[in-house]
Amino acid sequence: MELTTILFYLFALVTLGSAAIMVFSKNIVHSAFALMFTLMGVAALYVLLYADFLAATQLLVYVGGILILILFGVMLTSQGYTLSFKTITVNLIPASLISVGIAALLIFAFLTTNWTISEVAERTDTVYDLGMLLMGDYILPFIAVGVLLLIAIIGAILMSTRLSADNEGAS
Amino acid sequence: MSSTIFEPGLNHFLVVSALLFSLGIMAVLSKRNVIMVLMGVELILNSANINLIAFSRFTELSLDGQMIGLFVIIIAAAEAAVALAIVLNVYNRFKTINLDEINLLKG
Repeated sequence: MELTTILFYLFALVTLGSAAIMVFSKNIVHSAFALMFTLMGVAALYVLLYADFLAATQLLVYVGGILILILFGVMLTSQGYTLSFKTITVNLIPASLISVGIAALLIFAFLTTNWTISEVAERTDTVYDLGMLLMGDYILPFIAVGVLLLIAIIGAILMSTRLSADNEGAS
Repeated sequence: MSSTIFEPGLNHFLVVSALLFSLGIMAVLSKRNVIMVLMGVELILNSANINLIAFSRFTELSLDGQMIGLFVIIIAAAEAAVALAIVLNVYNRFKTINLDEINLLKG
């Protein structure tokens, strides 16, 4: 077997296994750490798909940013020390039926469709091409997403500071 | 294009993303903690991204797929920041983040 094949199965196993741990764990801190391994596995899959810049972005934004935010959310919304780290699971049977159905349907659709596969030349790096595209064809979405990020950050800061002002007023 | 069925091709990545998507749906439907639901949404976004980038590798979508994936990551970051700020506000008001207990329409 080739090295890429072994690496693909290894990282697919890491991704799906830790995603399963994330979903079925009772402790929300364990879930957050399992999510970290899932995101790293996805980044490794991006590398296997010749998307090196996206893999780096995935590591920086998801593992370095969103996961820290989620952990802060867990810490700031916990009542007591250990009690509320437990997550309540409801609707277990309907939820698993629906998700298994969705998985079966998606896999059936993917495997029976006749995709037109074109052999792409192996890329060495994508950063230069992505940068040219970003400053060329994609300049309008690029600016729009920048404005969106600015609005989101201002909104998040506004909500959080009003929260702490309310706390001071109440106490 | 692949010589054996075990060699990772387009379908292998699509199956991985389908399983990841269903696990995300499972987390969204069966958990009652807001933060667990948010983590499920992150899983769903990641599975969509795997699809986009697999198509950009194996079909004529080429670099456009990676570009869309980049925008998905950016929008996921904005979504997570705003959603967690909302969760903190909800916790401040209701003193709980159990979705079944947050049932007040007009504060």
